[in-house]
This record gives sequence, C-alpha cells and structure tokens, in this order.
Amino acid sequence: MTRWLRHVREGCKNVVRNGWMSFAALSAVIVTLAVLGFSLILTFNVQQMSNSVTGQLEFSAFLNVNASEKQGEQVAQEIRALPGVASVQVISKNEGLQQMKRELGQELSDVLNAFKQNPLPIQIVVKPQDPHQIDRLAKEVSEIPGVAAVRDPHKLASSIFRTLAVVRDIGIVFVVGLVITSMFLISNTIRMTIFHRRREIEIMKLVGATNWFIRWPFIIEGMIIGLIGSVIPVALLVYGYRSLYVKAKGVFSGLAFPLVQASQIEVKLAVILITMGLLIGMWGGVITVRRFLRV
Amino acid sequence: MIEMQDVWKEYPNGTQALNGISVRIQKGEFVYIVGPSGAGKSTFIKLMYREERPTRGHIFINGFNIEKLKDRKIPFLRRTIGVVFQDFKLLPKLTAAENVAFALEVIGAPPKYIRKRVREVLEQVGLEDKMNMYPHQLSGGEQQRVAVARSLANNPAVVIADEPTGNLDPETSWDVMRLFQRINDLGTTIVMATHNREIVNTMRKRVIAIENGVIVRDEEKGYYGYDD
Repeated sequence: MTRWLRHVREGCKNVVRNGWMSFAALSAVIVTLAVLGFSLILTFNVQQMSNSVTGQLEFSAFLNVNASEKQGEQVAQEIRALPGVASVQVISKNEGLQQMKRELGQELSDVLNAFKQNPLPIQIVVKPQDPHQIDRLAKEVSEIPGVAAVRDPHKLASSIFRTLAVVRDIGIVFVVGLVITSMFLISNTIRMTIFHRRREIEIMKLVGATNWFIRWPFIIEGMIIGLIGSVIPVALLVYGYRSLYVKAKGVFSGLAFPLVQASQIEVKLAVILITMGLLIGMWGGVITVRRFLRV
Repeated sequence: MIEMQDVWKEYPNGTQALNGISVRIQKGEFVYIVGPSGAGKSTFIKLMYREERPTRGHIFINGFNIEKLKDRKIPFLRRTIGVVFQDFKLLPKLTAAENVAFALEVIGAPPKYIRKRVREVLEQVGLEDKMNMYPHQLSGGEQQRVAVARSLANNPAVVIADEPTGNLDPETSWDVMRLFQRINDLGTTIVMATHNREIVNTMRKRVIAIENGVIVRDEEKGYYGYDD
C-alpha cells in the first residue's frame, strides 16, 4: 500500500516537474480522445439508425395529391392482389395530417394551418411477407396507375449509411494517427523525466530496487496524463451532446432516425475514452521505460 | 562467500578486461584490490554486483550463482551487497537521513523500520547530529560517510568500495578507513579497490594485485607495491 502511494506520488511529481512537456502530451491526448469520442457518438447513432431501419420492413406508396378516397381504396385492393404482400394499410389525407401535426408538435403544427386545403397525398403502407422481397414489391407498386411515388426507407437509409461510414472511416484514420502522436509525446515527456532522474535510477538499481519498482512511477506518469487527457474530452462531449440532444429533439422527433438518448451514450463514451486514455498513457510509459531505462 | 573461477571478460568493443581470474574471499575478510589504471580492477568489482556479466567462468556471490541469475533477480543479489563509490553518489536534494532512507524505501521496507534503521546506521558512521543536513552542507568525508551509511542500511554481507578515498584529503581518508575497519570488525566483508599506497601499506590487509586482466599477486598483509 505504502509502495503504491509512493509510486503515485512520484508519478504526480514527474508530471508537474515536466510542466510544458506534460502539457503538450496532455493536449495531444485531449485532441485524440475528442476526435475518437466524436466518431463514437457518430457510430452509436449510425448503429441505432441501422437497427431501427431493419425493424421497418415496410414501404409507403403515395398517390397523387388530388386522388379521392375511393381511388385510394382501389389502389389498395390492387396492391393486396400482388403476390407476397402481408398487409396493406391506407392512411387517408386526414389521418396523415393529424399524424404529421402530432409529430411536429404544438408550435410547428401551426404552419400546417396555413394551407387552405390538405396538402398531403393518400399514403398506403405496404408490408411484404418476406423482407428480401421489399425492393421487387416496391417496384411493382410504383407501376400501378395512380401511384405517384414510392418511398423506400431502405434506399434512403443506405445512402445515409454510406456517407456516415465514410465520415467514420476518416475519423478512424485520424484517431489512429493521433493515438500515435499522443504516445510519442507522452514517451518524450517520460524520457525527460528519466533523464532528470538518472542518478536516482542508478542508485535505485545499486541498492536493489526491483525493476518494476523503478518502472511504475514512469508508467503512472503516463497514466496520469492519459487520465486527465480523457476526463476533459468526456466532459466536453457529454456537455455538447446533451445540448445537441435537447435542441434536436423538437426537430428530429418526426424522423425515422432519432438521436441516441444522451444518458445511454454518456456512460459508454466515458468508459471507452477513459480506458483509452489510460491505455495510451500506460503504453507510452511502458515503451519508454523499455527503451531508455534498460531495467 | 565470494568465489570466481577462471573468469574472463571481453567488452563488446574488443577490450580484454579480465583474462582468467580465480579468487576466493571468505566471509569477514578485508581485501584491497590494487593495480594500474585500466588493469581490470573496475571490471572485477562490477562483476561482483552484476553490473557486468562475465564472458566466461563461474562467479558465486553470497550464495548467488551469477551465471544462472536471471536479470529480474539481480535486485535480490544487490540487497546483500553494499556499494560505495569515489563520487559518493548521493542525491543532492535529499538530506543525509533521506539519502539513507531512500535506499530502504525503494526496496519496500516498512516506514517504521526505516526510521529506526536510518538512525542506527547514521550513528554507526558518527553523523547522527548531521542527519538533517543536505550533501552540499557536508564536507567530502562526511558525504562519503553518508554513502557508507547508505550501503550499510540493508545489512549487507559484503561492502564493495571503488576508490572510496579517491576524492578525499589524507586526513579525511583516514577517518573513512577507520570507519571501514569498524564495519569489518562487526563481521562485514570489505572489498576495496584503491590507489592509496599509504593506506594499503599502513592498514595492512590482504592485497590482490591485478595487471592486464590477471591476478599477479595475492598476499595476506601485503603491500601496495606500485610507485605511482
């Protein structure tokens, strides 16, 4: 116990003693983990989207705006007659309007009152028996006379996914580069400490301190930099995401893809970033100690 | 206690430092290692605390077989050996007491024991009244006594001293030598490399002379035997 207190105390001393070097290493860790955290938030949201889309195994067909309810029923009959259709649900113009008002919420729904006539077309929601048949069915439905458009959430989603995947990949490349930079800077900082303390290390070796006893303060020095360097971006990202979540709620709630709840993301984010920070710092310490301490 | 059998040492740069050394030093002996500079004295000393590894031969120190000693076990060999150097190797920012305590802290001794032991060894070297002074406030001889106290802290079976009086004036040198004599009287083996002819010829002990990497002379109550 006394031993660990000593290691931590020595580690802290080292960080303070190397003021500017520690600061540079710390900044690098903060930037690295901030970018990593940002990528993670993006990934979590993409994942949630992907899950919600897989659950939506249905598509919507829209009739012309001036089509009557009777025509709507007719088209619905034709769709029911197609092979592989599990269910067909007609959403009338009125129902559609009510639904939209609900989704937009009180303030924004006033916009809809500005229309003299209901601007919405009749919507027919089609659910295929076999999810894999969704593309074929969507195509067949689009060819039925009276159908103006078919919206396939799959297509919309996959294009969003592709874009986000690219953004995420760029993020990963950035993170890898930054992790290496951070470790290099941490390593340099610790090397300075080793240089300052070479006399102490020499004496420690002479009087029979074990190798791990000599190594630990340097590894802890790296871990302290990693820890501080992870807590700061966690705090910033949690704060940022909360504000975004609160602001975005009103606008996005009508979409198929809501943001992941802030509370869900926070814990994961904190655990991952702090672990990463500690690992980066620890690894920076271990490689430096191996190279420059020869113990 | 200390035994070397046909020990050879060649450095990576090709220097032949030792060419077949065999020697046995019993517990409680006081031995001078003499010889010209570059004859292999330092290598001989470094082999004992496993700072260097022999190219060939067998070495046994305090029950450790140096050949078979794994790197991570070296600290446990060193805890049975005290080492004193010409340049003292004290930490300038620590007081005398802290310098001694440092040696015990880094091997994980309990704080209570450390306090007691630091006082004991500082009394043994006669510096109990200066224990809170920093090295720069102490004379050379006092600094070397602190270094000796530190080497004793761990109750070593052997104290190895490499030119311990090399930086001291003659009078102080004698103080330090008397201290080594007292330590030896208490049963600790002393192995001392030295260039100090007056001391070797006055305080007569076993003398091992090394030249060109071999032992050329090994006598009880010997003489320094060089003109430098």
